[in-house]
Amino acid sequence: MKILVAVKRVVDYNVQIRVKEDGSGIITDNVKMSTNPPDDNATEEAVKIKEAGKSKEVVAVTIGEEKAQETVRKALAVGADRGIHVKIDGIIEPLAVAKILQKVVEKEKPDLVFMGKQAIDDDCNQTGQMLSALLNWPQATFASKIEVKDKKLEVTREIDEGLETVEINIPAIVTCDLRLNEPRYASLPNIMKAKKKPIEQLNASDLGVDTSSRIEQIKVEEPPKRKAGIKVSSVAELVQKLKNEAKVI
Amino acid sequence: MAVLLIAEHNNKELRPFTLNAVTAASQIDNEVHAIVIGQNCTEAAKSLSELPLVKKVIHVEAVHYENFVAENFAPVIVKLADNYSHIVCSANTFGKNLMPRIAAALDTSQISDITKVVSSDTFLRPIYAGNAFATVKSKDAKKCVTIRPTSFDSCESSGGSAPIEKAEACEEFGRTKFIRREEIKSDRPELGTARVVISGGRGMQSGDNFKLITSIADKLNAAIGASRAAVDAGYISNDHQVGQTGKVVVPDLYIAVGISGAIQHLAGMKESKIIVAINKDGEAPIFSVADYGLEADLFEALPQFLEELNKLNTIQK
Amino acid sequence: MSREAMEYDVIIVGGGPSGLTTAIKLKQLDSSLNICLLEKASEIGAHILSGNVFETRALDELLPNWKDLNSPIKTKVKKEKFLFLSKTKSLSWPTWLLPNVQQNHKNYIISLANLCRWLGEQAEALGVEIFPGFPASEILYNEDGSVKGVATQDMGIDKDGNKKDSFEPGIDLIGKVTVFAEGCRGHLGKQLIKKFELDKGKDPQQYGIGFKEIWEIDDKNHEEGLVMHTAGWPLDNNTYGGSFIYHAENKQVFLGYVIGLDYKNPYLSPFDEFQRFKTHPVIRKIIEGGKRISYGARALIEGGFQSLPKMFMPGALLIGCDAGTLNMPKIKGSHTAMKSGIIAAETIFESIKENKDLSIFEDKFNKSWIYEELYRARNVKPSFNWGLIIGIIFTGIDQILFRGKLPFTLKHKHADHETLKPANKMQKIEYPKYDNVITFDKTSSVYLTGTNHTDNQPVHLQLKDPNLPISYTLEKFDEPAVRYCPAGVYEIQKEKDINKFVINSQNCIHCKTCDIKEPSQNINWVTPEGGGGPKYGNM
Repeated sequence: MKILVAVKRVVDYNVQIRVKEDGSGIITDNVKMSTNPPDDNATEEAVKIKEAGKSKEVVAVTIGEEKAQETVRKALAVGADRGIHVKIDGIIEPLAVAKILQKVVEKEKPDLVFMGKQAIDDDCNQTGQMLSALLNWPQATFASKIEVKDKKLEVTREIDEGLETVEINIPAIVTCDLRLNEPRYASLPNIMKAKKKPIEQLNASDLGVDTSSRIEQIKVEEPPKRKAGIKVSSVAELVQKLKNEAKVI
Repeated sequence: MAVLLIAEHNNKELRPFTLNAVTAASQIDNEVHAIVIGQNCTEAAKSLSELPLVKKVIHVEAVHYENFVAENFAPVIVKLADNYSHIVCSANTFGKNLMPRIAAALDTSQISDITKVVSSDTFLRPIYAGNAFATVKSKDAKKCVTIRPTSFDSCESSGGSAPIEKAEACEEFGRTKFIRREEIKSDRPELGTARVVISGGRGMQSGDNFKLITSIADKLNAAIGASRAAVDAGYISNDHQVGQTGKVVVPDLYIAVGISGAIQHLAGMKESKIIVAINKDGEAPIFSVADYGLEADLFEALPQFLEELNKLNTIQK
Repeated sequence: MSREAMEYDVIIVGGGPSGLTTAIKLKQLDSSLNICLLEKASEIGAHILSGNVFETRALDELLPNWKDLNSPIKTKVKKEKFLFLSKTKSLSWPTWLLPNVQQNHKNYIISLANLCRWLGEQAEALGVEIFPGFPASEILYNEDGSVKGVATQDMGIDKDGNKKDSFEPGIDLIGKVTVFAEGCRGHLGKQLIKKFELDKGKDPQQYGIGFKEIWEIDDKNHEEGLVMHTAGWPLDNNTYGGSFIYHAENKQVFLGYVIGLDYKNPYLSPFDEFQRFKTHPVIRKIIEGGKRISYGARALIEGGFQSLPKMFMPGALLIGCDAGTLNMPKIKGSHTAMKSGIIAAETIFESIKENKDLSIFEDKFNKSWIYEELYRARNVKPSFNWGLIIGIIFTGIDQILFRGKLPFTLKHKHADHETLKPANKMQKIEYPKYDNVITFDKTSSVYLTGTNHTDNQPVHLQLKDPNLPISYTLEKFDEPAVRYCPAGVYEIQKEKDINKFVINSQNCIHCKTCDIKEPSQNINWVTPEGGGGPKYGNM
C-alpha cells in the first residue's frame, strides 16, 4: 500500500500575525514558518502505518513556492520515503490545490491520501473533501483514529456531537485531526538522512490544471477592537442587565 | 435565483444551528429554499417549513441518508444546483464535511465560515484563527458558502408554512459505510459549542474554589473555562483552557471571573457576544473588553450571583 | 544508555553572529571541513535580540562583497542625537562632544536577527550543516579532561522526567574542536568557565538587561537613519543604564532600554523602568499614534576587558558574548563577536591543519583590533560606580582626552548577584499603571514574542534549593525575581495565606537575567526542549 501525504507551509502557530497596512494580506517576511500542525499528524499516521508493515511507501507532497520544500524535508526527516514539490507562487485556493493533487494522485496512484483537516492560515477546511469529490473516492474527515483493515479503513471522526466511526474502501482520502496522534520529533541523524532523500520538482503550470483565482481577496483587516462596556455597581444590577438588556439569561 | 440551504437535523428535529444558517441565507437572497435529506425525516421537513424565512422545502428520503454520509448527500445537491445561485450550510462538522464535496463537483471555489454577508457575492470571514478578517468576493457563477452559526442570529422558528416538495434520491455511494455514532453525553455543554461559558482565573486562588463557578455553571447550563494562569497553577485541567493556546470560544455569554485578561486569554474569547468581567482590580485589562464589568471580590460576588439567578423564574438554557 | 554519536571536524554551539561567522570563515579557509552548528531556537534568528547599530568592520573582513549579496544591511546612520533626560525636560548633548566610540556615522541600523538569518543562508550555501531546534544541553569530555563535543537535548520527556511516546534521545556530537558561541550567559559557557577556571584573575563579569520594542510610527515622526540615545530619567544617579531609539526602514523605530544588573534596590523593576521611560514627553512624541509590534528582552555583557575570561581550553573555544566581547561604551557587540569568530576560525584551521595548540587564539586575539577596542573602553563602565555625573565626566576625560589610554584600569568589584541591598533598607518604587497605548503589562508584551514551550516538559529554570525563594529571598529582598524577570515567569502567589513561589517557565524568553541576578545564584537556567522560547522576527 502506498500513502501520499499532503503538507502545507504556513506561518508558525506561535507567531502573532500582523496585517499589512494596505490591507492586502498578512506580513510573512522574516516570520517563522512551519508545517501546518495537523499535516504533521497526517505524516505521523502514515509513517506509523508503514512501520506496522501495512504500507510500503510514504510519499510527501507539497504545493507552493520554493521554500515550501522545507515541509517535505521535515516529512522526510520523520519517515516519509520521498518527496514531491509542485512549484507555484502566490495564493492558491483549495480547489486549485485539490486539482493539482488530483494530477499527482493520477501519476503516483497511491491507495491512500492523508492530509491535515484544515490549514491554520486560511482556515478553509476544504482540500481533502474536494480531492475526494474530484477522484470520486470515499472521504473520512477529522480523523482521530485510523485502523487499517484489509482493503478498508475504519476511521473514527471528531464531530460536533461526539465521535463517529465510518468504514471506507481503499482508495480513500483521510483528513487528520490534531488528536489523531502525537507527531514524533525529527532526530538530528534523520534530518541528515532526509537531506539525501529525493524530492521531485514539478511545475504546476506543466500539469494542465486551471489554478486561476476564483475568489478575489478585497481586503484583510484586523479583528475589530472591542469597545469597553459599562461598569455595574452590584450583582443585582448585573443580573438585571443580563436578563433585560442583553437578554442572554 | 434562489438560495439553497442544506438543513442539518437528526431525522426528527432540526439542529439548532440550521436556524442561524437560514438567517444568513436570507441575507444573501430572500428566496430561501431549504433541503432536508434523511430517512424518516418528515418531522424535520415540517419544522423547516414552519420557518417564516423559508419559501420552499425540498424533502429527500432514502435509507442510505440515515446517517448523513457526505458521499451520499453531495450528488443530491449537485443535481438540484442548476436552480440555485448559492448553496449554503452551517460551518460545523456536518457542513464542513459536506460542502467542499459539492463545491468541487460544481467546480466552484468555496467560501468557508463566513461571519457576515456583505453582498450576494462578497463575504467577511475570519482567517488565522480569527486574528484577521478577510473580505472576499466570489467570481464563480455558483457560490458555495458555509456560515459561522454563532455570527448570525437564529431565525424565527414558527409561523411559516412553506410548501414541502419531495425530490428523488440518488444512488448510494457504496464505498463508505457508517458504523456508529457515539454522542458524548456530558452533564455540561462542550466548551467549544456552549451558549454560556463561565471561566475562572488565578483570582480563584485554588482548585477548590472552582465549585463557586460550577454551581453557577449548573444554573446557567454553562461550560466551564479557565485562563492559562489557572491551568498552570493546577486549579483545573488544561482541557478547560480558553485562549490562544487553548480553545477559542464564541458563546452568547462569557463570564470571566478573577481573570485579569492577558492578551492570550482575550484572543480566545473576545468574539463572544456578551462579556462579563468580575474582578477585584478595577484596572484589570479584562474590563477593556467587557460589556458589563463588576469590580468586586469574587468570593462575595459569586454567591450573590447565584442567589440572584435563583430569584429569576426563567433562565434561558 | 548509549546514544548515537556523530563526528565532525568542528561543532559550533549557537547560531548568533559569532558562531555563524566562525562557520563561514572556516569553510572559506577549507571547504572540506565538516561543520555542524546547533541552534536552540526553532530557526536561526528567532532568539536574537539586539539594538542594533551595526559596525561593518568584521563583516568587511568576512564577506567583503556583502553589499552584492542581498544583505539586510540597508539603513545608513544619517543623524545622531544624545539626550540627558530629567523627568519632564531633555538636554541635547552636542555630538562633537561625544567620545569617538559613540559616533555612528559610518554604521547601519539593522535587525541583528535578520542579519543572522542571512549569515545562516551564507553558511548553508558553503555547506555548513545547521540544525535549528537542537539545543546543546551537555558538554562531553575526553578522558584527559579536554572537551570532546556536546550532547543534544533529549526530546519528549514529561514534567516528571519520564519518557513520553514521542521520546527521541539526544545524540553525541563529537568534534576535533567545539566552539561555544551561545551568547551572553550561555549555560554551557558558564560550566566551562568554572571547570577550566577561565575567569581566574579576572574581575567578576558584569551584565545588563536590555529591552527592545519595535514600533511602527507615524510618518511625520519618522526620520530614517536617526540614531538617538538617552541617559538619566527614569533611572536615578546610581543606576547604570540608558535608552536607544533607532529609526529603521519601513516606518519602524527600534526602541530600547538597557539597565546594569548591578542595581541595588530590589524594588527596581527593569521592565517598568522601560515602560515608564516611554512616557517621557520626548519619547512619547515619537511613538504616539504608532503601534507596538514587537517586544523582547535579553541580558547582555557589560564587563568588557577586565572581565573577559580566557577564551581557549583543551578542545574548545569560547567566543562572542558567551565569553563577553561586547564593547559597552560603544554599545555594540556584533562586530566584536564576529571578529572573535574570525579569529576562532583561523585558530581552528591552523590547529587542525598544522596541529597547533588552541592557545594560539590568545595571541591572535591580543594582536587584533578587538583587543585594542576593548582595552581602550575598559574604564568607562566601572567609572559609573561613582554615579552618572562623575561617570560621564570621567568618561569624557578618559575617552576624549586620553582615548582610553589612561595608565590604570578600574576594577569591577562585585558580581551582579551581590549588589542587592536588603528590601527593608531600600525604598519601594511605585510604578505608574499601564495605559495600553504607550505602556503595557508583561503578559501582553510576552504575547508579542511568540514564546511557547511544549506543555509537559521538565521546568527548565531549576532551583538549587526549592525553599530558598520563600524562606530567604522573599524575606530579605522581597523576591526580586518577580520584578527583574521581563516575562513574568516568577510569581509569589498567596494560597490560604501561605506564600508559594511559582515558575511559569512557559513564558521564558531566554534572557538569562534570573541566572545572573538571583542573589544566592539559586536559579539555574538550562535548555528547554528544542525550538522552545521566543520566535522573534526582525529583532
